[in-house]
Amino acid sequence: MARYDSLLHALGGTPLVGLPNLSPSRDVRLWAKLEDRNPTGSIKDRPALAMIEAAERDGTLRPGATILEPTSGNTGISLAMAAKLKGYGLVCVMPENTSTERKQLLQAYGARIVFSPAAGGSNQAVARAKELAEQNPEWVMLYQYGNPANAEAHYRGTGPEILKDLPEITHFVAGLGTTGTLVGVGRYLREQKPDVQIVAAEPRYGELVYGLRNLDEGFVPELYDASVLTGRYSVGSYDALRRTRQLLEAEGIFAGVSTGAILHAALAVADKAVTAGTPADVVFVVCDAGWKYLSTGAYSGTLDEASERLDGHLWA
Amino acid sequence: MAITVSIPTILRTHTGGQKSVEASGGTLAEVIEDLETNHGGLKARLVKEGSLHRFVNVYVNDEDVRFSGGLEAAVKDGDTVTILPAVAGG
Repeated sequence: MARYDSLLHALGGTPLVGLPNLSPSRDVRLWAKLEDRNPTGSIKDRPALAMIEAAERDGTLRPGATILEPTSGNTGISLAMAAKLKGYGLVCVMPENTSTERKQLLQAYGARIVFSPAAGGSNQAVARAKELAEQNPEWVMLYQYGNPANAEAHYRGTGPEILKDLPEITHFVAGLGTTGTLVGVGRYLREQKPDVQIVAAEPRYGELVYGLRNLDEGFVPELYDASVLTGRYSVGSYDALRRTRQLLEAEGIFAGVSTGAILHAALAVADKAVTAGTPADVVFVVCDAGWKYLSTGAYSGTLDEASERLDGHLWA
Repeated sequence: MAITVSIPTILRTHTGGQKSVEASGGTLAEVIEDLETNHGGLKARLVKEGSLHRFVNVYVNDEDVRFSGGLEAAVKDGDTVTILPAVAGG
């Protein structure tokens, strides 16, 4: 279907494309789920709209209300678009070390941004948002890290789309942030095909981001369900950038940096299948396109220079 | 050759500020025991009631040990063990 009543209806139904040049063999194949083909250009349109609609249904979100959300960018942009079309206000709490494009996009959509300190990354944004929620009880915090509608959007949408397009899927690889994609898609796929491997790729940032005062300030999203996962990789900025560039070079896909991290894990999984001599069909998520990261210098200069520039940024 | 262990900022008080230290052992538990002998106090920060601290993630060559046996995960010479606090993404 290619005709929709509004932008909000043009959600999901994204293409799954094969990667003939990056796949290690005819029996071990890689497939990219192009989530940049969503209304605001990222996979976050799915949970954002699902969380808003769930809050509308249960009456917590009323006409004219203000939405509050801690976000390092894409969820904020998705919410900002939906809020504009549906007549809500939006306050985003965002770490100051995110790309300038994200800030500009949020402002263009009319969202208010409250910055949290770079040190501590999204942990600080979550903490600040919780404070603001207490001070402003009339605001509605959707809270993507703990809102079941986040994982549900992937359980009902992303997961079934993938299985319909590739019934032979053996592995699903996605980014680990709120954990909504992995938990939602993972639950669906494991119910339908219990042997499917569900693999997380987690960004490993520069030291600044891990600058907590003590370990008990650590954070594991309420949505996280380790029993759904079968593996989890930590991927640093150098490997993430290397793979982002390789995806463009070999397959023509211009993706954001977090997608490079996911591809890195997908290739590791594919290599294991080659070594084991077992056929595999590995699906990984392209979370967004590269436009929002151009200012970070991710696509220019040597890999060493680019990963150094990216070091203090939240790139996923 | 030994095992290289990467220490996060928050735990470097135990390693005299060193970002990475060497250790030996055949499992993660043994590596942590070995770390404890040279860098007292680390074990108590990493292990709570017989398993890894909820807000600590440990990776052997970039793979999370919680999916490869936890404290019993196999480690060999030349591996890199990375310790990181759990932080939010998204």
